[in-house]
Amino acid sequence: MEKMLMVSSSPHVKAEHTTRKIMLDVVIALMPALIAGIYFFGVYVLFLTVVSVGCCVGFEWIWEKVFKRTITIGDLSAVVTGVLLAYNVPARAPVYIIVIGAFVSIILAKQVFGGIGQNFINPALAARAFLLAGYSTDMRSFPVPEQGRLLSSVDAVTGATPLELMKNGALDQLPSLTDAFLGNIGGCIGEVSALALLIGGIYLIIRKVITWHIPVCYIGSIFVLTTLLNGFDFYQSFYSLFLGGVMLGGFFMATDYTTTPMTIKGQIIFALGAGMITTLIRLFGGYPEGVSYSILIMNLVVPLIDKYVKVRRFGEVV
Amino acid sequence: MKGMTFKKGIHPTYHKEITSNVQIEVMLPGKEVVFPMSQHIGASCTPVVKKGDYMYVGDQIGIANGFVSANIHSSISGTVKVIEKRMTVKGVKETCVVVENDGLYAINPEKQIMPYNQEEKLTRDILIEYVKAAGIVGLGGATFPTHVKLSTPQDKKVEFILINGAECEPYLTSDERVMLERGEDVIEGVKLLLQVFKEARAIIGIEDNKIDAYKRMVTLAQDTPIEVKLLHTKYPQGSEKHLIEALTSRQVPSGKLPIEVGCMVHNIASVGAIYRAVIKGEPVISRIVTVSGKGVRRPCNLEVKIGTSIREVLEYAQVDWNQTVKIIAGGPMMGTALFDVDIPVTKGTSAILCLTKEETDCKPPSNCIRCGKCVAVCPMGLVPIHLQKSAIHGHYEVFLKQNGMDCIECGCCAYTCPAKRELVQAIRTAKAVIRAKQS
Ligand code: SF4
Ligand code: SF4
Repeated sequence: MEKMLMVSSSPHVKAEHTTRKIMLDVVIALMPALIAGIYFFGVYVLFLTVVSVGCCVGFEWIWEKVFKRTITIGDLSAVVTGVLLAYNVPARAPVYIIVIGAFVSIILAKQVFGGIGQNFINPALAARAFLLAGYSTDMRSFPVPEQGRLLSSVDAVTGATPLELMKNGALDQLPSLTDAFLGNIGGCIGEVSALALLIGGIYLIIRKVITWHIPVCYIGSIFVLTTLLNGFDFYQSFYSLFLGGVMLGGFFMATDYTTTPMTIKGQIIFALGAGMITTLIRLFGGYPEGVSYSILIMNLVVPLIDKYVKVRRFGEVV
Repeated sequence: MKGMTFKKGIHPTYHKEITSNVQIEVMLPGKEVVFPMSQHIGASCTPVVKKGDYMYVGDQIGIANGFVSANIHSSISGTVKVIEKRMTVKGVKETCVVVENDGLYAINPEKQIMPYNQEEKLTRDILIEYVKAAGIVGLGGATFPTHVKLSTPQDKKVEFILINGAECEPYLTSDERVMLERGEDVIEGVKLLLQVFKEARAIIGIEDNKIDAYKRMVTLAQDTPIEVKLLHTKYPQGSEKHLIEALTSRQVPSGKLPIEVGCMVHNIASVGAIYRAVIKGEPVISRIVTVSGKGVRRPCNLEVKIGTSIREVLEYAQVDWNQTVKIIAGGPMMGTALFDVDIPVTKGTSAILCLTKEETDCKPPSNCIRCGKCVAVCPMGLVPIHLQKSAIHGHYEVFLKQNGMDCIECGCCAYTCPAKRELVQAIRTAKAVIRAKQS
């Protein structure tokens, strides 16, 4: 005889993808940049990343244990935050920076709002902004890359990032376009190799984790606006796309599901807005880098965008 | 050639290959055949027989109650054993006429429906009378009485008669087999419709995962005014509104019927039934049922007599009770999960699926990650996650403002949600509550 049959409301089949699988894809997409980071700055980069992931997952677990919530570390979203956080600090940042950053992103930016899906600003960027404000010395000393030397010397030379050079008008000291593209420049771990990030971004698009709209609109608007405001210096506009967090921001931060609009139309508005703010900060603001602030500012506008961008209802006469 | 289609929707895994090449077999029922008095959308029938009456095949058992209702006929010959409330696919007990099968399948020498005398001109009224008498309903699973659809208001012109061969639910192959093996009936049925609706264009829409059926229908439709169109496979193309959009690029406004945009949609099998009713005087007493899923050892397409026990059908297909965790009447996207199999096949039972654990694995829901996928797939242009929130919190006014009543319960949203949230499930409940309040 038959056993008890399962009864539930339709649909009785579900798509393959789960939150966990999507997050895993993001982690995979972030790997080329990690490899590039290790190549240019040594294994310390790997160490920092592992510590960061460990802290993020750890903080999430502890919070959920203490407040008797369902343990959600299996969804891997804390892993993604961990990797992104590590990518947002300089390659030789001290460990305590990472621990503080992990606390800010997981506890203050995410869990107090109710955990995954409930936060309104990007956890990793929140941490970055916090660290930049509170620990600016540590956050602003960028080692010069020592290509291929796995264990970099303790007293590695630090130098200005290309963005700082640009900002200060020291154009003659800028690295070559190829170096900037490959990542042979100073900067945060995950910001240096545009090529590696691009590979990861394309992977995400192929896997349908993200659509092309946000990266293309974001990066495109920076290019167009920089060109317009900078006296049609195409070379420099192009060059500036490979610097700072443009690629990381465009493919990995501005595409975070939770903190961006749900509709494609809304996402385009979001991306254009962020691109505009990035450019304005870069060209006229006090900071050399505008990516993270621009995305954070736009994060705050998301509820408004989602409220006013209407989905076209079936059968509606336009 | 890229087929026509509608906007949004999903591409589920179809699993149609399990039964798409299996020819229709006729399956005969056992000793007892049960006829629920409600096998359609609308009012239940009233039994016109009593205990001890002898029934021939095709004899009327239940008479339609009012306009939106459909007659029910006996699929076997035998004696009425009892009239009582029994469990049905709908999950509630309903009045059923139980007939003891004598196994003879004897046909009444005096037919109750006289075949149509083809010398007379076929008018709309005559057609509707036949369809009504034969108890024809939407055999795709919707079971809306066909004569109601044919009774369009006189001031509205029927520009398109669309025949739904999309069969967009995974696993289902019954319409596909009908087109391949009984396509002539379908074409003849459409011709009858065209005799009545002279100014209409008749289009048969078939999804491109049924290319053989498409080719077959193209061949059969040669030298007729009937057009056969290939559709790009996508769920829920078989939804009336979306089939209309796919084939005519028109969208039925919210809360309106297809006739608003000059369309009338009929299912493939229903059109075949129209032909058999008018020309042969046969009522709806059997239907093609796909029996599939990894939980059956002999997946098949069966011609089953209405009233046959689902248990008998499953045993015929050699169900593996150990592997099967869920049994569904209909397709996996919109069908009903059964907790009991001692219930009869009715006019709307397009399939019986025995799904194994791996086929219907259901993970627990987690937090919405705001990925927007449900919004991207909703073919009605709704925001399912917002509707779900309003539904769960009982904010029905907000639910109405968010156009929740437009939802066709296709399940695309819940299918696609990576957080496995029960979106359509909550929306469905809210709709039912609101409807109950309104009436
Ligand atoms: S909200 Fe309704 S119409 Fe939209 S996808 Fe979900 S079930 Fe289908
Ligand atoms: S698909 Fe699921 S997770 Fe994504 S927005 Fe809709 S409800 Fe949220």
